Amino acid sequence: MDYFAQQLINGLTLGSIYGLIAIGYTMVYGIVGMINFAHGEVFMIGAFIALIAVLSLFALGVTAVPLALLLALVIAMALTGLWGWAIERLAYRPLRNSFRLAPLITAIGMSIALQTFVALTQGARSKPLPPVIRGGFTLSEGNGFAVSLSYMQILIIVTTVVVMAAFSYLINSTSLGRAQRACEQDRKMAALCGVNVDRTISLTFVIGAALAAVAGLMFLAYYGVIDFFVGFVAGIKAFTAAVLGGIGSLPGAMLGGLLIGLIEVFWAGYFTAQYKDVAAFSILAIVLIFMPSGLLGRPEVEKV
Amino acid sequence: MADGVSDATRDDLLRVENLTMRFGGLVAVDKLSFTARRGDITAIIGPNGAGKTTFFNCITGFYKPTEGRIALAHGSEAAFEALPAATFRGKQWTKANGACAVFLLERMPGFEIARLARVARTFQNIRLFAGMTLLENLLVAQHTVLNAASGYTIGGLLGLASFKRAEAAAIDKAAYWLREIGLVDRADDPAGDLPYGAQRRLEIARAMCTDPVLLCLDEPAAGLNPRESHELNALLLKIREEHALSILLIEHDMGVVMQISDRIAVLDYGKKIAEGTPDEIRADPRVIAAYLGVPDDEVEDVGAEVGL
Amino acid sequence: MTDTLQPETSPVTRTLPRGHITADVLKDAGITFVIALLLFGSIVGLRTDTVNGVLVLIPQFGKALALATAVAVGRLLLDVFIWRRMTDGRTFASLIPSALPVLKVAGAVGVTFGLALYSIPGFRASLVAGAGSGHPALGAITDLITFACESTFLVIAAMSIVRAARLVIGQTPDEAVGQGILRRFTADFGREFPIALLLIALALPMLTAGPSQRYAIDTATQILIYVMLGWGLNIVVGLAGLLDLGYVAFYAVGAYTYALISTQFGWSFWVCLPLAGFFAALWGITLGFPVLRLRGDYLAIVTMAFGEIIRIVLLNWQSLTGGPNGINRIPKLTFFGLPFERTGDGTFASVFGLKFDPLHRMVFLYYVILALALLTNFITLRLRRLPIGRAWEALREDEIACRSVGINTVTTKLTAFAIGAMFGGFAGSFFAARQGFISPESFTFMESALVLAIVVLGGLGSQLGVVIAAVILIGSAERFRDLEDFRMLIFGLSMVLVMIWRPRGLMSGRTPSAFLNARKNISGSFVKEGRG
Repeated sequence: MDYFAQQLINGLTLGSIYGLIAIGYTMVYGIVGMINFAHGEVFMIGAFIALIAVLSLFALGVTAVPLALLLALVIAMALTGLWGWAIERLAYRPLRNSFRLAPLITAIGMSIALQTFVALTQGARSKPLPPVIRGGFTLSEGNGFAVSLSYMQILIIVTTVVVMAAFSYLINSTSLGRAQRACEQDRKMAALCGVNVDRTISLTFVIGAALAAVAGLMFLAYYGVIDFFVGFVAGIKAFTAAVLGGIGSLPGAMLGGLLIGLIEVFWAGYFTAQYKDVAAFSILAIVLIFMPSGLLGRPEVEKV
Repeated sequence: MADGVSDATRDDLLRVENLTMRFGGLVAVDKLSFTARRGDITAIIGPNGAGKTTFFNCITGFYKPTEGRIALAHGSEAAFEALPAATFRGKQWTKANGACAVFLLERMPGFEIARLARVARTFQNIRLFAGMTLLENLLVAQHTVLNAASGYTIGGLLGLASFKRAEAAAIDKAAYWLREIGLVDRADDPAGDLPYGAQRRLEIARAMCTDPVLLCLDEPAAGLNPRESHELNALLLKIREEHALSILLIEHDMGVVMQISDRIAVLDYGKKIAEGTPDEIRADPRVIAAYLGVPDDEVEDVGAEVGL
Repeated sequence: MTDTLQPETSPVTRTLPRGHITADVLKDAGITFVIALLLFGSIVGLRTDTVNGVLVLIPQFGKALALATAVAVGRLLLDVFIWRRMTDGRTFASLIPSALPVLKVAGAVGVTFGLALYSIPGFRASLVAGAGSGHPALGAITDLITFACESTFLVIAAMSIVRAARLVIGQTPDEAVGQGILRRFTADFGREFPIALLLIALALPMLTAGPSQRYAIDTATQILIYVMLGWGLNIVVGLAGLLDLGYVAFYAVGAYTYALISTQFGWSFWVCLPLAGFFAALWGITLGFPVLRLRGDYLAIVTMAFGEIIRIVLLNWQSLTGGPNGINRIPKLTFFGLPFERTGDGTFASVFGLKFDPLHRMVFLYYVILALALLTNFITLRLRRLPIGRAWEALREDEIACRSVGINTVTTKLTAFAIGAMFGGFAGSFFAARQGFISPESFTFMESALVLAIVVLGGLGSQLGVVIAAVILIGSAERFRDLEDFRMLIFGLSMVLVMIWRPRGLMSGRTPSAFLNARKNISGSFVKEGRG
């Protein structure tokens, strides 16, 4: 039971990170109907910017860890958002309303280019960051096994909840969110009704990238090490999460993220760590075969 | 064109019994029973949302009906005698005496309905293979025959003479239908390049290339101008005469419906509210009420108003 | 669609005559500079590095500044010289005619230069070495340019030979019948391209000499593997319209089939090849069956997941696959039983009375993959004209209409999966036989993405497009090998640029599988891309 509780905590932490990345995938898919394969790389860039920001802040004498983290978060969100904007502007906007596979290929090209770019400019070796937050609670002890909940994990879960709440407010209650939902339904009609479609889509990429930056900072702080390749694996997992939850559905992305995190951690904890990815992918395949539009996605009605 | 109405020799081709199709809480087709006779042009009319296309989708296997039976007889209506046994044994289709066979369409997957039961259809919003030429569209429609002739690809890969003959025959047949619909000059153009009316005709030709016994047309005259509608009427009548075919037709254009139908069934809210010859339907107050959207208890008044 | 409804969002109003640097152009460049500075400043400006076990920041703001300046100047130049000319609905392509004389002269100079490069031994090598001694990047660029000139010369020469041969046997293009010899020679010249390409491929080992020969044959073999993979995937994605992101799984199945059977049972390559194809096809059906109901991006993600699952299993099933260490000492390909060995009796060299040369094996490998690729192409072209091929294309165009004409969409999809997978399996077993060593590292998702990129860049469904895209992508990636670091960056960026330039690929449009009066090519804008 204790072991179970520990795995649950670890799974929720990992799942929060996946969920935040997955939202970027699902939002973009919802609004432009394309898989933004480069989103994993955006997450990686977010993590790097966060790393550079944290190190700079420490060097500048901001030694209070909470303040440094908060500032780094803001900086990373802003700059990664700009990266998201730039990627959309360069690689996707020229291909909007074009052949469906074209933006998929530019996304793959962007992904390769960004990975190499970061490897070139930041070096290919992994970047270890000493733990910035130490300590935690011990929830229960006994049977020779202690269930611990680190401050880091609390911070990650709380941040996720706060960011998600703010994000839900943005989507459900602001004019930007309304414009986004309108574009998702029918871009042409939204444009006729005076919605600035280009701006809305750009902002979607910016928001997705900013959320990925949050995930990037949390990933960095939790695991303490990043390299230029983290985006690929995390990206695939998060995309899997988005599809599992039902692509296009925002709560679905979060749910899918949590589920993928839990599946991975539990599989590694109870069976073998080597096959944890196989477990995640297999469950995705099984869910899709029986529920072709994911857990919370709208079923696609075949109109004859 | 009511010439076939008195023809008592025409037997039943399609018997639909108690057909119900529900989507969640919505009952699109409600305990519908319906018969179409061999050689007839039977029109199905009704207001928008009456369940006509759903009914078509059930017949052609795109939807699995919630309840009910759809039986189609090849040969003669004597085939229906085998129906109870086939139903009981859970068969999809069964041979009856002679060249007769009866098919339980609600049990068959869509492509088998087109392939075995030989029910062909067209679509309300045209579905052509837009990037393929007109000729290719008509060759794809002959897939069943050609694929068998190609020895399920193996023989075709080896270049067997029998396959070459079959292909030449298929091209001849396609050319025949292209001439019939007046598009032979455009045989090598992509179907997506055709104007709307021509696309509708090509879709009918494609359906005919599958050698159907029953042709289901979903609003074939939609979007056609009066001249094109008139040509469509002629085409349909000609097809029926020359190819021993029965036609089921959904149509809003009353000019088409009244001129070429032998019988008409009227659907409203998923129920059949009337059935009969064009003249009978024209005079039926319930039909007029359905089209005008009058509550049931005022049907009599409407009848009085329009002078029936 | 929305483009016509939206006002032009670029801050530049593109109505001014070209060549004028006005205030708004400068403002635009300025904004670009600021954005680029923020982007590059955040990643390039401070480099993280580990010094004595501690992560420190090394400032390199100069680099960031230089990059941002380059971007801003680049945009300024594009704006002034290209975008401003593209007013009033003129596209980039419409600018080409005005540049045509320049392009023609450049082409003629290039071809002549190529002739010189080709006929003077060592000329190219010394040019490249000379430029390379200045800066490695300069060397690579010289290499690429000289290579392009040389290949263009070869292609034009081969096309001329083909055309000359045609004229001799009396095949004159219809539109040039009865005209002067020059007109007859140049009319519809482009149509000789595929045959010229085939000629060059067949003669390649004879076309090169000296130290570059090995390199050329090796690169060509590498390219042909990808051509074959591209052709295999083209059946699934290009013809049947099923988006498969896990194609590399079948490549892996083929490679491991050959590696395992040959190392465990000692069976020869020619016995294993059909087996590898068979197992790959079987996997194609096994993986295809559960995902048939899925459409579009869902299909893409599940095929990708299957690809990853196979790779992870290969990585972890140590007892069978050797895990991350892979399989070593896979028997190399023999010349129908005669090994390519330096010593011993009954080797290829001794039987044919030749002096041993490792080149023999390379040339043989090259012809094997060329034959396999041509076989793939032949079968695919044949299948396209059979009912099954037409059914694949019809499936891509409209699945519902397919069902309405009696096509069993399940078996049609499965045959596409199976046959595509089979060719992937062939390519895989060749790969294993060539390398002599395989490990899961060769079968990553990136590999699937690369093959898909070849298919899409080439133009969905186009066999020739796959060849061109493979030559460009794999060939350029190989040539830039000296610039290991920049190679993939350029590779990724050029993928983006080419796609923006030609969203439907280099060879869009399709050739009909049958015709009544005349075969006309169909514009790509009518061809659908499938939703499956």
